Amino acid sequence: MTGPAVVLITTFLASAVEAIEMVTIVLGVGATRGWRSTLVGVGAGFGVLAVVVAALGLALSRVPIGPLRLIVGALLLVFGLQWFRKGVMRVAAHGLAGIRLHPEDEPPEWSGEGFDWLAFVLSFKGVVLEGLEVAFIVVSFGANANQLGAAVIGGVGAVVIIGAIGLVLHGPVSRIPRSLLQLVVGILLTTFGTFWSLEGLGVEWPGSDGAILGLLALYLLTAATYITIERRRVLGFNPGT
Amino acid sequence: MGRVWSWVVAFGRFWYHFIIGDDWTVAAAVAVGLILTWFLNSAHITAWWLVPLIVVTMLGLSLRRANPKT
Repeated sequence: MTGPAVVLITTFLASAVEAIEMVTIVLGVGATRGWRSTLVGVGAGFGVLAVVVAALGLALSRVPIGPLRLIVGALLLVFGLQWFRKGVMRVAAHGLAGIRLHPEDEPPEWSGEGFDWLAFVLSFKGVVLEGLEVAFIVVSFGANANQLGAAVIGGVGAVVIIGAIGLVLHGPVSRIPRSLLQLVVGILLTTFGTFWSLEGLGVEWPGSDGAILGLLALYLLTAATYITIERRRVLGFNPGT
Repeated sequence: MGRVWSWVVAFGRFWYHFIIGDDWTVAAAVAVGLILTWFLNSAHITAWWLVPLIVVTMLGLSLRRANPKT
């Protein structure tokens, strides 16, 4: 039988990976669209998670997560690509210095009277999918090692600690120019969307979760390339002249 | 009844903008990419590279269409 410390550390580390993905999405959406609807989405997501976990308990490990990964991943991918594209266009048009000098050129943050459903849906989906993955990790590690208590502490501890780090980071992140933030969040959503949707189809990524870093590097390089091309092609910027 | 209908229209519009956005060809290409990946994966052919390739290609084409000045 595996000891409680081993189960706790293993579930903590495995859950931390999922929690980082969850907090990254919430942080990016909140900083870009505003916090009220984003946090309502987070609360609703955790509410749904609590109901699902309470209702299914240990049977949770038998729920097929593939279709959920495919649906959430595909939606994040197509939406993330929209922000990716707009982010490239805006950063190419304004440049980083330009954004800081002329913040009035940036599109307004969500300022409507009503509820921002976009922020709600994005944060809700991120919390539900990643939260379910944490719950799966806790149930499978905990039940197999007969150490459910240690697994729960490891999983919940990871979400709380990574969430607290996100809380500390939300101030500095909110000060990033919105056009750049939209590009970064677009790249992150596209990265997670690509990874999850293909995982949902049963595709095995080389390097498992490490493939997320590879996708991130590819999309960052793509963004840098297209920004350079757009600046030269449309705006006529040429660093050599 | 009118209120329900306007809610249905707003709901449909929200998801249209969420999924399709400004360029429907990008969403369509991603959908085709996912279907092809499923077929390839079912045939035990390595397919993880296909969707990232489609993402990079379609992004470039979409940017070019949005700013046709050359």
